[in-house]
Amino acid sequence: MPEGVIERSGAGPPDLAGRTFEVRIHGRGGQGVVTAAELLSVAAFDEGRWAQAFPSFGSERTGAPVVSFVRISGSEIRTREPVVTPDALIVLDATLIHQVDLFSGVAADGYVLLNTAADPDDLGLADLATRLRPERLVTVPATELALRHVGRAVPNAVLLGGFAAMTEMVSLDSVVAAIGERFSPRVAERNAAAAAEAFEYVVAETWERTGAAPD
Amino acid sequence: MTAARQPVKFYQVGSFAVGNRLLEPAERTVQAGPDRRNSLNSGHRACQGCGEALGARYALDAAMRATAGRLVAVNATGCLEVFSTPYPETSWQIAWLHSLFGNAPAVAAGVAAALRVKGRGDVRVIGQAGDGGTVDIGFGCLSGMFERNDDVLFICYDNEAYMNTGVQRSSATPPAARTATTEAVGPQPGNPFGQGKDLPRLAMAHEIPYVATATVADLHDLEAKVERAMAVHGSRYLHILVPCPLGWEAAPCDTILLARLAAETGLFPVFEAEHGEVVAVSKIRRQRPVEDYLVRQGRFKHLFDETGAPARPDVIGRLQAMADRSIARYGLVDDEPGA
Amino acid sequence: MLHQIEGSKAVAETVALCRPEVVCAYPISPQTHIIEGVGAIVKSGRLAPCEFINVESEFAALSVAIGASAAGARSYTATASQGLLFMMEAVYNAGGLGLPIVMTLANRAVGAPINIWNDHSDAMSARDAGWVQLFAETNQEAADLHIQAFALAEELSVPVMVCMDGFILTHAVERVDLPTQAEVDRFLPPYEPRQVLDPDDPVSIGAMVGPEAFEEVRFLAHARQLQALARIPEIAADFAAAFGRSSGGLLHTYRTEDADTVVVALGSVLGTIKDLVDSLRDEGLRVGVLGITAFRPFPAAAVRAALGGATHLVTVEKAFSVGFGGVLSTDIAMAVTGLPVTVSTVVAGLGGRPITASSLRPVFVAAAQGRPERLTFLDLDRGVVDRELARMARDRRSGPTAENVLRDVGVVAANGF
Repeated sequence: MPEGVIERSGAGPPDLAGRTFEVRIHGRGGQGVVTAAELLSVAAFDEGRWAQAFPSFGSERTGAPVVSFVRISGSEIRTREPVVTPDALIVLDATLIHQVDLFSGVAADGYVLLNTAADPDDLGLADLATRLRPERLVTVPATELALRHVGRAVPNAVLLGGFAAMTEMVSLDSVVAAIGERFSPRVAERNAAAAAEAFEYVVAETWERTGAAPD
Repeated sequence: MTAARQPVKFYQVGSFAVGNRLLEPAERTVQAGPDRRNSLNSGHRACQGCGEALGARYALDAAMRATAGRLVAVNATGCLEVFSTPYPETSWQIAWLHSLFGNAPAVAAGVAAALRVKGRGDVRVIGQAGDGGTVDIGFGCLSGMFERNDDVLFICYDNEAYMNTGVQRSSATPPAARTATTEAVGPQPGNPFGQGKDLPRLAMAHEIPYVATATVADLHDLEAKVERAMAVHGSRYLHILVPCPLGWEAAPCDTILLARLAAETGLFPVFEAEHGEVVAVSKIRRQRPVEDYLVRQGRFKHLFDETGAPARPDVIGRLQAMADRSIARYGLVDDEPGA
Repeated sequence: MLHQIEGSKAVAETVALCRPEVVCAYPISPQTHIIEGVGAIVKSGRLAPCEFINVESEFAALSVAIGASAAGARSYTATASQGLLFMMEAVYNAGGLGLPIVMTLANRAVGAPINIWNDHSDAMSARDAGWVQLFAETNQEAADLHIQAFALAEELSVPVMVCMDGFILTHAVERVDLPTQAEVDRFLPPYEPRQVLDPDDPVSIGAMVGPEAFEEVRFLAHARQLQALARIPEIAADFAAAFGRSSGGLLHTYRTEDADTVVVALGSVLGTIKDLVDSLRDEGLRVGVLGITAFRPFPAAAVRAALGGATHLVTVEKAFSVGFGGVLSTDIAMAVTGLPVTVSTVVAGLGGRPITASSLRPVFVAAAQGRPERLTFLDLDRGVVDRELARMARDRRSGPTAENVLRDVGVVAANGF
């Protein structure tokens, strides 16, 4: 755990016995939407969970909207439906916001993590902000972080660091381990560093919003 | 690859002396030997005078000798397959597989791969098909086999149409020939003058190790080519002209004569190529006009009148031009007489 | 050992553990990751001796496998949808010749209209070709079925198709327990062919068979499949003993003991159905699930035995026979002939349309409450259909149906993604 990071809630990993946490990830082809889902599922698996990750498929095409899904559970996941009511939404590309019905199905206590340096209000998301709990609508400039650490505008692994901070559904360590299993050592190290910075960023932002540690 | 074998010059008895009394034992044909394999044994159901049955026996017996019997043959659907294996009998005395019409090259490639994997790379593979199974429906698989340089000798027995199903036209059918789907009616009787599909040259374009053409009229030449082909590995292609008395509407006793005439007119050039370059040709000693070849075949009878004189000199002229072009392309006729 | 792994990759790893000797394939979505995986394993030297051949068409792929299998090598390929149709002549050829080729079919819809997503129309097109067809419910089962497939195929001299839902399983990352090489070697002996091309003992394979013997030769193919009915559960039992988990078999039941209504299906949709059935059970409806694993040979006797006292069967299937109705349904109906059971068909998931519990729920409830619909096309947009029918009635030159429907539906949807 990098130095100076605020202590976590201490509640430990959420209990998923008999329950499934569902995530939907949006982005464009080439941004790593499918890999993000896979990495998240591996991180959950590494923590002893059952996890399922799958894309909503289309013919390969860079730039086209892509969606992927993740389910995390304490027991075997049998269903194969797309995630219609996500507990958490991760958006890799903010330009999708008014093009595709991104937020469909997100519950009032759901999490939304946006890759953007802008403010949600500036993105026209004031309505969404009122719907959600303030500490559960989080933005991270993941592309900028990726460019700085990795040298490529691929925000997927970075955002998972933010996701870990926001939801505590997986630990940062597990995210880093999943990244390490997937990429070559040099690329993994850089992505992991970016993910860690995203993690800290989200913790700080959440603290700022609520004046409390995230729950 | 050894140097091209010098063709034996038979001035007195021609190159057709299967009896071989004038030759050293080592130079005699496989067919002349009492110990010949008869890979395709007698008792099959081929028509009287079938060029393909002859060509297949010639080629496979030569291959069996070249490989000391370590050979597997893969056969496409067609006359050869049908007349040789009427259940419950088979004429084949060698390991033989028939799968489908269009896949013989791929199946042969699979057999070769399996033999290699099993450590039996000494066993060689021949794929064989008629012109339909090679030039048309098998072409995709054949090209794939060539591109991969799979270790298979592929033999096309070319009788220039889909004979087994009743003489329908294939892309190997020569222009003007009558078939059931190119009847000798109308202003352009017979098969149209198209682009043709010169498989030997297409094989050469793949630059495979060995490509050769041959006919059933020159047994020594055919056996030598099979032997040469089996001496190397990779994809090899042998295109054999095999007259079909039924489909060509010719006398069964004329099969070998017609094959010889096809070569001597230049309509069927006989040559060898390696890695895309021609390395040897069988020269034409005395060039014959295409009429001599065409007039003996009922599939061209609409080009002649009842006295045997040309009724369509325009068509015959075009065929002659094709023959002349072939002769020029391969250098089949020398200027010196008697060469 | 447990891995969190993509389904295709799990299959590739498992197939490699089965020591195939000749692998040949032509790429087609959604099978590509399987073949790429096996190819990489061969190229790295991890799987040797093995010839991996990149062929020029699916027809060539299965043809290479036919040649290789006839020459005594353990042979494998994979395809889907259009690729299966392109090799269909060879599919029947392999079935008729009795060559123990194993092929993965990454189930995908068959066009026209062209569609790369999952349904079972491809598998159904091959159901009479003499191949054993096994359907995997999960990626674990998909991997495990390949091991059992080689054993079954080689023992009986019959080709086996392992079906796994394209994208839904092939591209899903989930937990799979991959066995060790030693475990697979213990379970799967080397291939001993029944017929083989051997110059030392030459035979002719592939003779033409006329009216005097054709029926007998075909009946023998049928007899081989009937033997498979007995062997499939036995091999599954051996597998369970060797690997410690249940996979394969003819079929499996879920909460059918006291069920009045039983839902029947093939493949991955069973997972969604089981979740829904749990929920319906909580509401007091006595619903159970019958998952068919071996679709060919069709386990008619086992189906009858599994029904217990159920009086309604609802088949949820990802294919249909145009102009008639269900395909699986028809087989099920045939199996229960004479029993006081109604069979209704739900055609769902065509072309990859997601099958959701919320859509299935009213159908199952209706069946459980004694009001089954004979034939339902799940989530069918009747309005779109009616508008196209009206267009066709109005204009002779009404245009291509698919394009009209896409325009009607709106290719860029505001609501979907």
